[in-house]
Amino acid sequence: MEPIIIEGTAKTPSVRFDANAKIFEIKGRSIPENSVEFYKPLVDWLEQYKENPLEKTEVNIKLEYFNTSSSKCILDVFKKLEAIHKAKNEVQINWYYEEDDEDMLEAGEDYESIIRVPFKMIVTE
Amino acid sequence: MGFDVESYLSEHSNGDVILYYKGNIDSDVINHVLDTVEDKLVAGNEHPKLRKKVYNVLVESLQNLYHHVDRVPGDFEDQSSERYGLLQIRKIEDGYKIITGNFIRKDNIERLEEKIKRINRSSQEEIKELYKFILNHQRITNKGGGGLGLVDIARKTGNKLEYAFREYNSDYSFFYLDIHVNDNEK
Repeated sequence: MEPIIIEGTAKTPSVRFDANAKIFEIKGRSIPENSVEFYKPLVDWLEQYKENPLEKTEVNIKLEYFNTSSSKCILDVFKKLEAIHKAKNEVQINWYYEEDDEDMLEAGEDYESIIRVPFKMIVTE
Repeated sequence: MGFDVESYLSEHSNGDVILYYKGNIDSDVINHVLDTVEDKLVAGNEHPKLRKKVYNVLVESLQNLYHHVDRVPGDFEDQSSERYGLLQIRKIEDGYKIITGNFIRKDNIERLEEKIKRINRSSQEEIKELYKFILNHQRITNKGGGGLGLVDIARKTGNKLEYAFREYNSDYSFFYLDIHVNDNEK
């Protein structure tokens, strides 16, 4: 499968979904006005990836900021991962947050309570 | 002398204004405001926790304007702005104030006020549950908003949403949202 590699901008995160390299990562700021436009290719990619996933899919989410419009799109990404997990494949979401950023930790916990995929909360710095 | 969109600001003028803007709220304006405020927060040596809160709340309040403002009344001085909004950020003793203002058609007041009142009636725990409920059950509207902005602002600040409607004419009012971000380290 062709990987998705997107460079980050001031308002959108960098993305690498690369099954060959076993790297799945969203990193940076996600605060676009139109988040659906940005996230749709990722959701579509995962829909395809779901047909033939790796034995283990480990996804790193390293967000500095995200807006509420992105929060729904991120949920859509996670729902695809949930479907992969449900089909008896190993999936893990690593949710990174900075030490003093309780809001980011709470946001991760929100997703953890909604999505039936193992989460690992990882503190940085 | 007609309606003055700035009268609310002069009535609530404690602290130091660090940014003031009125006019069209488009994507470039939002970028510029965010960059400017971020630089000022860094230059003001605010600790990262407060910086992040202010930045987050500012993103939501600007994007609320971007997605939800009603078109300006036909006799308003600024007819060129597609999405007319007002923004003032002030540093006050225990944190920051972010005030936004925009026109709202009177038919839309009730729905907005109900939403704010519902949030203001809720405990922090209830707001958290409300956020999760909307996140999980409501789709993104065709305006592009997620319906979560105000809930998120209330959740992140831990404060009630202060607001005011000032009548412009028989069809329009001007809506002010007056957000207080506390510096919890103080």
